[in-house]
Amino acid sequence: MQHLYRRIYADPEFHELELKRGRFSWLLASILLTSYFSFILIIAFIPELFSIPIIEGQIITWGIPVALSIILLSFVLTGIYVFRANREFDQLVKDVIERAENACDD
Amino acid sequence: MLVMINLTCRLLSSAAMLFMPAIPFAADAIQGEVTRQPVNVTAIAMFLVFVTGTLGITYWAAKRTKSTKDFYAAGGSVTGLQNGLAIAGDYMSAASFLGISGLVFASGFDGLIYSIGFLVGWPIILFLLAERLRNLGKYTFADAVSYRLKPLPIRSLSACGTLTVVLLYLIAQMVGAGKLIQILFGLEYHFAVVIVGILMILYVTFGGMLATTWVQIIKAILLLCGASFMAIAVMYQMNFSFETLFVKAVEVHKSGINIMSPGGLVSDPVSAISLGLALMFGTAGLPHILMRFFTVPDAQEARKSVIYATGFIGYFYILTFIIGFGAIVLLVNNPEFLDPVTGGILGGNNMAAIHLSNAVGGEIFLGFISAVAFATILAVVSGLTLSGASAISHDLYASVFRHGEALEGEEIRMSRIATVVLGIAAILLGIVFEEQNVAYMVGLAFAIAASVNFPVLFLSMFWQKLTTRGAFFGGGIGLITAVLCMILGPTIWVDILGNPEAIFPYKHPALFSMSAAFISIYIISKLDNSTSAHEEVLAFEDQYVRSQTGLGAEGSVSH
Repeated sequence: MQHLYRRIYADPEFHELELKRGRFSWLLASILLTSYFSFILIIAFIPELFSIPIIEGQIITWGIPVALSIILLSFVLTGIYVFRANREFDQLVKDVIERAENACDD
Repeated sequence: MLVMINLTCRLLSSAAMLFMPAIPFAADAIQGEVTRQPVNVTAIAMFLVFVTGTLGITYWAAKRTKSTKDFYAAGGSVTGLQNGLAIAGDYMSAASFLGISGLVFASGFDGLIYSIGFLVGWPIILFLLAERLRNLGKYTFADAVSYRLKPLPIRSLSACGTLTVVLLYLIAQMVGAGKLIQILFGLEYHFAVVIVGILMILYVTFGGMLATTWVQIIKAILLLCGASFMAIAVMYQMNFSFETLFVKAVEVHKSGINIMSPGGLVSDPVSAISLGLALMFGTAGLPHILMRFFTVPDAQEARKSVIYATGFIGYFYILTFIIGFGAIVLLVNNPEFLDPVTGGILGGNNMAAIHLSNAVGGEIFLGFISAVAFATILAVVSGLTLSGASAISHDLYASVFRHGEALEGEEIRMSRIATVVLGIAAILLGIVFEEQNVAYMVGLAFAIAASVNFPVLFLSMFWQKLTTRGAFFGGGIGLITAVLCMILGPTIWVDILGNPEAIFPYKHPALFSMSAAFISIYIISKLDNSTSAHEEVLAFEDQYVRSQTGLGAEGSVSH
């Protein structure tokens, strides 16, 4: 097994895949972290911002759709990740493994 | 009918001041003096149906639970949808259901802060941890960490982290169960605690992860249906207009228009960030949730389970928000649900969802929701106990004491013994802590999960230079810091020990204990010049390949 690990580690395409996948994961994570902590910091520092009604004279404030959209965002980002991982990354990983295994057989 | 209402009122009365300030962390522990209420036959009957059904499932699961893989990971046979429901079930504890709807009832918008904090931890686990965890580990997160680090210290530390989290959580749940059942069912506290303990021992000992998962799934479905019915019933009365719901709520609530915007729940920035960190990364370090990633057959199902779980949890939190506002509209001016002495709601804010079930669905639906609340506690403690038992049998017994040489049968026997011991410990602790203030325990459990389990797990996967010494001592420092900050902070030092001023000024220690853990792990690893440290750094490459490809992974189907 270690033999295979070494071979895969030496494969530049494996590192390319990892770079792509890593960037993608961190991008999604940072979108979520930024939105969540902005939400928390607005509540801590400028809560008035969330008290403004969306439509003048109506009761629903900006805070409520913002909060709900973070819930929605979590779901959507999860969906995007799963979609791309299942469609694209899994196949690339499989290719990398196959290449290493074939090289070992030679 | 009047008699019924009267009974319900008596059932829920004299429990004012029962619940702590309605913060979900606190809500796991129902506080204070409780008078035993008249026996509620409907609720008990429905609960008995649940128990009979789940014991039947346990019997079925027991026949399929033979290997360690069956016991810890349901044989890897759980589908993405099932696992997603089970994970959602772990989230939808009595605390989130009663606590968050109670918090919305008490202060409106602020309730959302907690729900969102719990939820956003999820996608982060998926993006950064879940797949690597699955690829490296077998049954517990310590498997993944000890892949290249020395098993003995790492598993001891992880088991410590797991058991502290599990025990704190268990105590809070047991005390909560006892008190809730006194109010809802009219059963005696000790009796309730013993019932919960025995049922949980039966589920886990005989049915292992398979039974635990199905108990959690059934409860999750019941709770989702019950909560949906309540939310729809509320919206029906509001002609499905949120504007109407909010206008009516603002009219009757004593804080008026303020319930539509952030209140004083999180005021200073340090507490806000600290709470946010604990909610988010605590979730990513909860052992009973991490364990669920090993129950699915492959990475695709693991991902699917996260998307289902996120969907169900998000939906559930939106329901609790509607339920909280619905409770304001339907309960605040309804004398049937008010305490004649204090003018507040009977039994305290956390009873809002329970009263609302009566208001929209009558006595039968009240019985249903009460039974579901009890089932919820039962399902959550079973998951916790299983993860505690696996830390004892898999990490401590099989790996540390027997150096990986224990036979499979021996390990399973040990995990069953550990389950029984933990179950009995939970019953005894539940009884010992009956009169104690245990509200801080869930908060502390989250802080510890975020400061011990999460940093060690995260760095072992992302930082090549992590060494055993760094992880062990750094993780230990995180644990000690979290516990010390909590003891010296306002919750324990002032509220419980009665000192005039807190030595550590913040309620939520996560910001400090997480930093302490990360910084000390970094420094100690950097200073570690031992030969073994050098080897561990070199072994990262193999670990990296395996964590990214799943090649050679225990759980996954071989490529």
